[in-house]
Parts: sequence; structure tokens; C-alpha cells
Amino acid sequence: MSLTLLVLIPFLTALFVIFCRTNEQVKWTAFIGSVAQLGTALFMFFDYTMLRKAGQNLQFLYEENHVWFKSMNINYHIGVDGIAIAMILLTALVVVAGVLVSWKVEHHTKEFFLLLVLLSTGAYGFFISLDLFTMFFFLELAVIPKFLLIGIWGSGRKEYSAMKLALMLMGGSALVLIGLIIVYFNSNVNGQHTYDLIALSQNKVDWQTQLIAFPFLFAGFGVFTAMFPFHTWAPDGHSSAPTAASMFLAGISMKLGGYGCLRVAVYLLPDAAQHYSWIIILLAAIAIFYGSFATMMQKDLKYINAYSSVSHCGFVILGIGMLTKTAITGAVMQMVSHGLMTALFFAAIGMIYERTHTRDVAKMGGLLKVIPFLSTIFIIAGLCSLGLPGLSGFAAEMTVFQGAWQRPETYARLATVLGCASIVVTAVYILRASGKVIMGPITDEHHKHITDAKWNERLAAILLLVAILAIGTAPFWLTDLLNPGSQEIMNQITAR
Amino acid sequence: MTDSLALLLVPGLPFFGFLLLSIVGKRYFPKQSGMVGTLLMFATCAIAVITVYNYFFVTGKSVDGVYQHIHAYKYVWLPFTDTLSIDMGAMMDPISMLMIVVVTFVSLMVHIYSLGYMKGEERFAIYYSYLGLFTFSMLGLVLATNIFQIYIFWELVGVSSFLLIGYYFDKPSAVAASKKAFIVTRFADAGFLIGILTLSYYTGTMDFDLMIQKLTMPGAELTAITTAGFLGISALTWGLLLVFMGGAGKSAMFPLHIWLPDAMEGPTPVSALIHAATMVVAGVYLVGRLFPIFAMSCPVALDVVAYIGVFSSMFAAVVACTQTDIKRVLAYSTMSQIGYMMFALGVSGYGENGLGFTASFFHLFTHAMFKALLFLGAGAVIHYVHSNDMKDMGGLRKHMPVTHIVFLIACLAISGFPGFAGFFSKEEILTAAHESNPVIYWCALATAGLTAFYMFRLYFSIFWGKTYHAHKKDDHHADDHAHHGEAPWSMKIPLIILAILSVASGWISFGSFVSSDGSPMHTEFHLSAAALPVGLAFVAIAIALLMYGKANTMPSRIATTARGLYRGALNKFYIDEIYMFITKRILFGFFGPIAAWIDKNIVDGIVNFLGMASENISDTLRLMQNGKVQNYAVYVFSGLLGFVILMVFLWR
Repeated sequence: MSLTLLVLIPFLTALFVIFCRTNEQVKWTAFIGSVAQLGTALFMFFDYTMLRKAGQNLQFLYEENHVWFKSMNINYHIGVDGIAIAMILLTALVVVAGVLVSWKVEHHTKEFFLLLVLLSTGAYGFFISLDLFTMFFFLELAVIPKFLLIGIWGSGRKEYSAMKLALMLMGGSALVLIGLIIVYFNSNVNGQHTYDLIALSQNKVDWQTQLIAFPFLFAGFGVFTAMFPFHTWAPDGHSSAPTAASMFLAGISMKLGGYGCLRVAVYLLPDAAQHYSWIIILLAAIAIFYGSFATMMQKDLKYINAYSSVSHCGFVILGIGMLTKTAITGAVMQMVSHGLMTALFFAAIGMIYERTHTRDVAKMGGLLKVIPFLSTIFIIAGLCSLGLPGLSGFAAEMTVFQGAWQRPETYARLATVLGCASIVVTAVYILRASGKVIMGPITDEHHKHITDAKWNERLAAILLLVAILAIGTAPFWLTDLLNPGSQEIMNQITAR
Repeated sequence: MTDSLALLLVPGLPFFGFLLLSIVGKRYFPKQSGMVGTLLMFATCAIAVITVYNYFFVTGKSVDGVYQHIHAYKYVWLPFTDTLSIDMGAMMDPISMLMIVVVTFVSLMVHIYSLGYMKGEERFAIYYSYLGLFTFSMLGLVLATNIFQIYIFWELVGVSSFLLIGYYFDKPSAVAASKKAFIVTRFADAGFLIGILTLSYYTGTMDFDLMIQKLTMPGAELTAITTAGFLGISALTWGLLLVFMGGAGKSAMFPLHIWLPDAMEGPTPVSALIHAATMVVAGVYLVGRLFPIFAMSCPVALDVVAYIGVFSSMFAAVVACTQTDIKRVLAYSTMSQIGYMMFALGVSGYGENGLGFTASFFHLFTHAMFKALLFLGAGAVIHYVHSNDMKDMGGLRKHMPVTHIVFLIACLAISGFPGFAGFFSKEEILTAAHESNPVIYWCALATAGLTAFYMFRLYFSIFWGKTYHAHKKDDHHADDHAHHGEAPWSMKIPLIILAILSVASGWISFGSFVSSDGSPMHTEFHLSAAALPVGLAFVAIAIALLMYGKANTMPSRIATTARGLYRGALNKFYIDEIYMFITKRILFGFFGPIAAWIDKNIVDGIVNFLGMASENISDTLRLMQNGKVQNYAVYVFSGLLGFVILMVFLWR
């Protein structure tokens, strides 16, 4: 079982897409490719679980190490732990769903699917890398397609949004790069500088370097995960993006940032993480609360979900900032959960938009009567967002809260209380939007004749829904998967 | 059948019904869904009754005659740390066994009743599937072994309540009411959650039995939680009060009661099940579950429970006297009766002095019967009259004889008329209050009088007073009456069964089954104690008869005399308006726009500014590359000059 397969499959799919003649061929190729990815990811998940059950206790499994740039000691070093597996599963699911909801893209179809598939290559590469430079390479690979996807197939102020998103994410990457270079030049493993994650974790860089590098790395990755105050690309970006791109952006791309914060910033610079912990907690608390209040004021469904994503990703940052094992597990659970939930939400919004040609909450009403399936999906996504037990959001948020409460400092407690309070505000805006759009009387005559979801849309929604339910009704498999990984990170933090 | 299998089936069957009806039933057998749901519920109820019988009479007692806590099963659901986890399980103890009987039985009655009441509804299958979801969640709640398990099902009953209140989803008022119910209880639940976090942090467990053990026995945990504090209040008190906040939200205690009257927008059988008999008493159940901690380690928190309970009870009774929507009267009455149960817990002690505890659950039990009956009876009336307003009613006793009789029985039961169920449970509560706190006792007594008054006001206004003319409403309604009589049998049977139980349930020797510590509680009946409340009830009924027995002007004259009080009560003392002001104007009208404005102008403004600035700078810089060699020469030389000057100064 080679991990490279995960990068290779989307890459090959992209190649095949180039040689396709008709749009139908393009779509089916992309679909088959994405299903193959999902199959691989699932197979890996089961294989990984089996290996762990059999007593395999290496930190990273399926490791491979090939020299890439000898002179700078850059290697193609890959391997996964439970956290990475969870992110890979998430990516695979969102990609299949994203391909399915894009079935109706008629304009430059080939290029569209090509970019979608390329984007997933970047994401997989990022999650499996154990070499910081390789990781960065894949991170960049995931940024460019987004710019094009929004700029070409977007709606509304798409040029502005695409530009803003690309520039901010590029700025984030620049910060990450600076941080990486600082770490690299201050590392010393057997007399050599290194980008190797494992080597760096075993030979921590010194205190001064950590203090300087940490803000660059954390803020840089923070931009990707829409951490306050670097979140403003998200609302504009999401709202202008085509449905699949929104799903990728919120479902996968924001998770690149969270994963980077955890795997690179906290894991390699644990002392600095403890030193700056209070700032992270503060920023997270602001994001959670402020994000949810800003959501209250939005009238466009996509803006609602985008701002609510800022608030929800605040829980990821909060969990990471608390630096307890439970909270870190919770942060990763929240990443997975939010990825699935927001993808489902954007899918539902996109499908409704295609039919009603508006995303303005005030211009819709009573859709449950005409499109029961889509409305139900919308409501379930909303309920997941407001943390209903049985859906994934609940398990994740509760784990974050429980982990956060293990920090006895008063400011940490207050931040957690704010977090708990924000779930009430979430309930307000979710119910307000669904009360208007889904329930109530039908407000627009034209909406009486719209049709419910097609097979591809149903399949996409059900796929995501099954994953959400699988986590929501039986979260223990996910925590079992994640716990060894967060334990390793905790070991770094507690080892002085 | 083993207990664990039975207790898996009890919540399992309704859940199966929910899945079956919502996925398959809606499409393939919409008409038969009601029957399918009812049969499943019947099976559930039968299993529950057998299990409970076994517990109370065969397996439940230990050698020394004390009812034990038995864990039928327990699985780790979400592990947090090595010791702390959310478990899913089923606990058998007297109060959980009591509750599963109440829940499954009332749910069964409502299932049967709805066969007639909801017949012909477009979303019949969905209705029954939601009922299944609710019953499942409520059973999971009462069987919980773990405080987080209770929270999970707490949220799930909340969402089922939301779905059922908003059942008529194209009616804006129903949508608004469902949102309100969900959000208000969610607010309370945020407190509940923080309470759970606090308690579990200090005890290191979420298991009820372990937590109670650690917080009632002297030990490191108890010392830690009582010495740690915030704002001068100990962590234990914070924890318990926050948990109680959750309970107060669900149980519609003042000031979190505002959602309950609006929740009456849901179909009437739903109000009977959720908003009268089962879900709204979850708060009482929760306090009862943690009762040893309240009673033995934190009397302050228990006092809060008592005072909030008694205040809510009086407040609601006063408001109920002025409402004209019959369902709202019943809603306030529910709030008032739950207040009774709450303060009964609040005045109770543990063990020997646990009369209040027993009385509280006794009242919960009898109340479930007669309040469900009142709602279902009101449903029959509404079904017949097509209106909720008592102004449209009057003189209905000849038109609906069965409903009339059962409604009268329920009114007598809730008023504490001797021999009826409410009499026994209320007597016990009043005795408990009398023994511990005179203020609460007198308030409770006054409330008892008010209860008898507003219930008979309701009764007389519906069934007596002016004569009923169906024709005064639109004509097609009148035609309806010609077609359907009082109510179909599916509606009458549950009414009759509940009426019988509204009398019979009081005669059980409740104390020998349910008590605070599991050992039998001996309750005595004192005629002297009963004389005062019964006398008061008689007087109140007499006043109601005078005022509403025949149409007259007395009510309006009294309303004008006590105008201030009347208007205040009629407008529910403006609590809703206060909330509206705080949430709409201050919270969302002030903070929301500020957050949105800051985001648009400041945070995003900086980003845009940076973007524009770099564009402008590039524009300026671009001008320098204009291809004129002489300009480049100037730049080069000025640069060189500057460098030379710098060197000269630095070297000196």
C-alpha cells in the first residue's frame, strides 16, 4: 500500500480529463477518479485500523522517504497517522460530492473538472507530507486552482473575490514560508539543517527560534483556516465561488490551515505554543463570538454559511490553543465535522440557488412544500451546524469544550463559556434562515414549479449525510482514530 | 426477557418507528402510518409495563428492602479522557421506572387519539414519525446513566418539540413559536452544559452514581469543589445552579417560561404529550436525579429551586386566570403545576425527611394523567368548535357529553377535590411545604385556590354559560358539525382511560415505591391539614360558578375594578416584551450590526486598504521604469551619491 497512490490517482485523473473529448466523458472520468480516491482512502482507513489493532505502534505508518533536493536536504518523505487519515477521508468524501454537484457545469467543463481534481492532489499531498518543504509545495498547489475556479466560474463580484482570496492566501503562504525558513536554518540534526518533520520533532529548535518562528507559522496557516482577523477572504470567496469550489474551499482548504497549525506550528514549536497559548485562545474566542454575531446580520445564504464557518473554525483554533489532549482531538474532530457539514450546507445552498436563482433569504419561503428533499438536507445541515446530538457537530464541539475546560485559568474558562454561549446564537441564525427559506408560506410564485434534487445531487447529499451520521451517532471510532496522534502532540507539549 | 434487552427495546421500538415512517412510510403507506406507529407504541408500552412491574416487585429491591440502582447496560459512546466519557446506558431506579411508564403510556394514548384527531392530514406519516422520535428521545433521557447522556437526549427532545410545534410549517405563527421554544431552551441548555463541565471537571466522572457518591461523601473531590469558587460562590453551587438553569428552561420555570404558551401552536395531542405530561417535567426529573447532591451538599441551590418553583407556580396561576385561549390557560396551568413539583423538591430533605421528593414525583405522575386528559379534552373541543378561544364556546355539555364528563373529572382532579388523584399528591406537597417553610406553604395554598378558580372558569366557559350555536360561525363549519358528532371513538377511548386514571392514580401508595433514598417512605394523611386547601378549592369553584356559570357581567366588572392587575396578567406581565427588547434591540440590534460593521469596514477595510495601497505604490513605482536612459542615470548617480555620503558619515 503506497501512499503516493493518493497523489497519483487525482493526477492521473487530471491527465485523462485532458484527453477526454466530450463533456460527458470529462464528467464520468472525474467521477470515476474521485470514487477511486474515496475507495483508496477507505481502504487505507481500514488497513490502518487493522494495523493499529494488531499492535503496530509507530507514530506514522506507510512511511516512504525519497531524496528530492539533495543539496538542501529536501526529501519526499510521506507517512500518515490517525489525524492525517481522518483528513484524507474528509477530502475524498468532499471531492466525490463536489464532482457530483458540478454535473451541470456547461461552460469550459473540461477545465473546471481539471482544476477540481488538481486541487485535491494538493490537499492529499499536504496531508501525507512529513517534510516541511514538500508540504509547502502541495499547499501552494492547492491555492492556484481556487483562484481560477472562482475567477472564471464564479458569480457576483467574482474578480474581486478571487483576487482577494488568492492574495490573502498567498500572503498566508508567504508567512508560512518565512516561518519554515527560520526553522530550517536554526535546525541542527547531525550537523545538517533539515525540513524533516520527524527529525525536527526529536531535535526541537531552540527557545528563541521557536518564539520567532511560531507567530509566522501559526498566523500563516491561520489565514487558511480563516482565523480572526485574517478571515475576510472567506465570506467573499465563498459567496462568489461556484458550488463545488465553495465546498472545497470550506470543506478542505480551511482544513489545510488547521492541520498545518497543529502539525507544524504546535507540534514542532511546542514551547512557543504554550507561551502564546493565551493569544490563540483570545483570537479563537473573538472569532467564535464575533463570527456568530456577524452571521446574524447576513441576508445571503452563502454569506451566512461563510461567516458561520468563521465561527465554527474558531472552535478548531480554540481546541488547538487549549493544548490539552482532549481539546486537540476535539479540534481535529471539529475540522472533519465542519468539513462535511459545511460541504453539505454549501451543496444544499448551491442546489437551491440553481432553482430559485436567488440566495437572498428574504426572497424565498416555504420551499419544504416544493422541494422536500433539498429542504430536508438544508435543515439537517443547519441542525448539524447548531450542534444537534446525533450529527457530527455535537460530538466535535463537546470534545472541544470538555478539553478546554481542563485548562483551569480563568481566561480559558471565559473563552469556553463564550463558546458555549455562541451555540445559542448559532441556533438563532440557523433557525431564522431555515424558518424563512424552508418553512413559512411560499413567497414567490415562480418557486412553486421548481423540481427536487436529481440523482447526482441526491447521491452527493446522501454521501455527506452518511458520514455526518456515522460520526454523530458513533463518535468513538473517530476518537479512537485520532487519539494516538493527539497523544503524540501532547507528548511534545509536555516534554520540556 | 432480560432487563437489558427490554430496556433496549423500549427506546428502540419508537426509534425504529421514526426511521420506518419517515423513510418508507411517507411514500408507501401514508394512510396506514398511524396504525403502524400506534402498534409499535403499544408494544413499547407493554414491554415497559412488564419491565417496571419486574423492577418494583421482583428484582429491584435489595435484601434490606431498598430499591437499587441497576445498570441494565452501558457503552462508552464518546471517550474524552481515560476516565471521563459519555456513556450510553439504561439505569433502573424508582424514578426512571416511573418515568418510562408515564412516557410510554401517555405517548400511547396520544398515538391512539391522533388516529382520529389528525386523520386526513397531508403529512400524517411525518407526524407519527416525529412522535416516535420524541418518544425515543424522552425515553433515552429518563433512562440515562450519565449526565452527558441526559444532555444529549435533552437536546433531542428539544428538536422533536421544535419539529412538532412547527408541524404546520406554512403557518408563520407556528414557525415563530417553534423557533422561540428551541432558542429559549437552547439558551438554558448552554447553562446546563457549563454546569456539566464544572461538575465533571471536579468529580472526574459523568456517571450519575459515581458523581453523587463523590459529591455527597466527604473526600478530596468534595473539598475541592466547595473551596474553589468564582465571584464568591462555590464551584459546586455554580455547577448545580447552572444544571438547574437547563432544567428550568425545559420545565418553563420563570423567567425562562416564555416559550411554553407559544408552543401551543403545535397540534393539540402534541401539547398533551410534550408540553404537559412528559418533556416539560424533564427539569423536575433532572433535579430529582441529582437530588442527593442538592440536598446533602448544597442546600443553597435547593433553596433557589424552591423559590423559583413557588414563584413560577403563583405567577402562572395569576396569568392563567385571565387568558381566553383555552390551550394557553392549560399551558400556564402546566407551568404552575410544574412549579409545584419544583418547590416540593426544594423543600424536601434526604432520606427520612424526603416527603417532598416523594410528593413531587407523585404529583408528576398524577399530573401527567389529568393534564394529558385536559389537553386531549380541549383538543376534542377545538376539533368540534374549530376555535381555541373560549369566547366561541359555551354550553357545549349537551353537544359533547363524554368530553364534558371527562373534562369535569380532570378539573376536579387538578383542583384537588377529595378522592381525585390531584388531591392526594397536592396534599402531600402541601404537608411537605408546611413542615419546612411557612412562606412557601402560604404561597402554595394561594396557588391551589387560584388553580381551582381558573380551571373551573375554563370548565364553565366551555360547557356552561351561554348556549352554543354552531351557525354563528361560517356556514361550512356548521355543515361539518352535522357530519361529525362529538368525536370518533379513537379520540374518546383515550379520554375515558385517562379519566379513570385521573381518579385511580391517586390511590396508589406511592411512597412505598418512590423515595429519595430508595427505602419506602411512609406518608400519613391528616384530615386537619387537608381541610384548609379543600375548603379553599370549594370556595374558588363557587366563585367560578358565580362568575362563569351563566353569562353575566361580573367578570368584566371585576376586570375593570382591578384594572392594573388584570391588564398585567392578561399581557403575561410583559415578560415577552422585556425579552424582545433585550434580544432584538440590545443583543441582535446592537451587537450584531456592530460586529457586521467592524467586519465590513475595519477588518476588511484594512485588507482592501493594503490591496489598494500596494496597487498605488506599484503604480507610482511603475512610472520610474519609463525606459528613458537619462532618468535611469539620474537614479544611479543619486543612489551612488547617497551611498558615498552614508559611507563618509559612518566611517568618521
